[in-house]
Amino acid sequence: MASLKALKIRIGSVKSTQKITKAMKMVAAAKLRRAQEAAVAGRPYAERLEAVMARLASKVTVSESSPKLLAGTGKDDVHMIVVATSERGLAGAFNTNIVRAARKKAEELERNGKTVKFYLAGKKGRVLKRFYPTQVAADYELGGIKKVAFSDAQGLAEDLIARFEAGEFDIAHLFYAKFQSALVQIPTGMQIIPVALPEGAATASTGMAAVEYEPDEEAILADLLPRNIAIQIFRAMLENAASEQGSRMNAMDNATRNAGDMINRLSIQYNRTRQAAITTELVEIISGAEAL
Amino acid sequence: MLHFELVTPEKLVRSEDVYMVTVPGTEGDFGVLEHHAPVMSTIRDGALSIYRTEKGEPELLAIRGGFAEVNDKGLTILAEHVG
Repeated sequence: MASLKALKIRIGSVKSTQKITKAMKMVAAAKLRRAQEAAVAGRPYAERLEAVMARLASKVTVSESSPKLLAGTGKDDVHMIVVATSERGLAGAFNTNIVRAARKKAEELERNGKTVKFYLAGKKGRVLKRFYPTQVAADYELGGIKKVAFSDAQGLAEDLIARFEAGEFDIAHLFYAKFQSALVQIPTGMQIIPVALPEGAATASTGMAAVEYEPDEEAILADLLPRNIAIQIFRAMLENAASEQGSRMNAMDNATRNAGDMINRLSIQYNRTRQAAITTELVEIISGAEAL
Repeated sequence: MLHFELVTPEKLVRSEDVYMVTVPGTEGDFGVLEHHAPVMSTIRDGALSIYRTEKGEPELLAIRGGFAEVNDKGLTILAEHVG
């Protein structure tokens, strides 16, 4: 049985841990609200760009001369897996889930005889270096970013496209956690290079009046493709930011509750020990008095 | 009036009804009034001139990395950076 003093110290330490987790939960809740707002604010651009891409896609046929970002390299031997994680831990299973989804994909690709490379965006993806020490092609520094800006995503997209043009890989996948609610975040993977154009757009655009293109469809498409990739990465980063805070809020809520349970349990133990000590003392005094 | 929207990846910057907007297209500037024919055009980095009224002074807005679309709903500018 632990001594009274040890118990008291233990209760004190659990209490201060609870204070920290409670504060972290509240901070995460405030940040989550802001991250959600940013994700919502980014929606109009993505929607409009997607509509434009769909309309262009119905006009342009994919051929040899199409931009490589659209037509691909003609091979699918080398796969680049972009893993977007957070910069900080203590967010429940958030990072673990993304990394696990990425590894699952990598294993599947390797079983099919493909070469897999990793592109890490975010510090917490670095655990992959342990499993694939030679296959991590890049580690994009995102530290110090407080609020995700489009320029961050753009920098990453430019680097990725440059590597694609240099022939480093044929197909790129992006892994991140899709934000569904504060409680549910779904680790998601999607192909970003070559660009998958939305289908079924042709029927929607036939009703429109003839559109004039300046300079022409192909040139516009070539201009928009890299931007589309940047936007997809940006959206993934926004979703990730919201997911991270949601996940952290949840984890910290659980931690606060667990600390509360622990304090209750320790307090009961403390009181029992105290009472036992008092009883023993009384018995000693009484038996001492009786002996006289 | 022409319905004019300016959107960046971060937010919807403008959504308003104006008289005319001049857009710095890659193949030359063009002005968009109400009932303009549908156009899609890339934009060079430059300034948009927004005329709220026919006689008024234009408001200049610098944009980078842009794309313009005119359809029956109005003019939509997608820009990477504004200002």
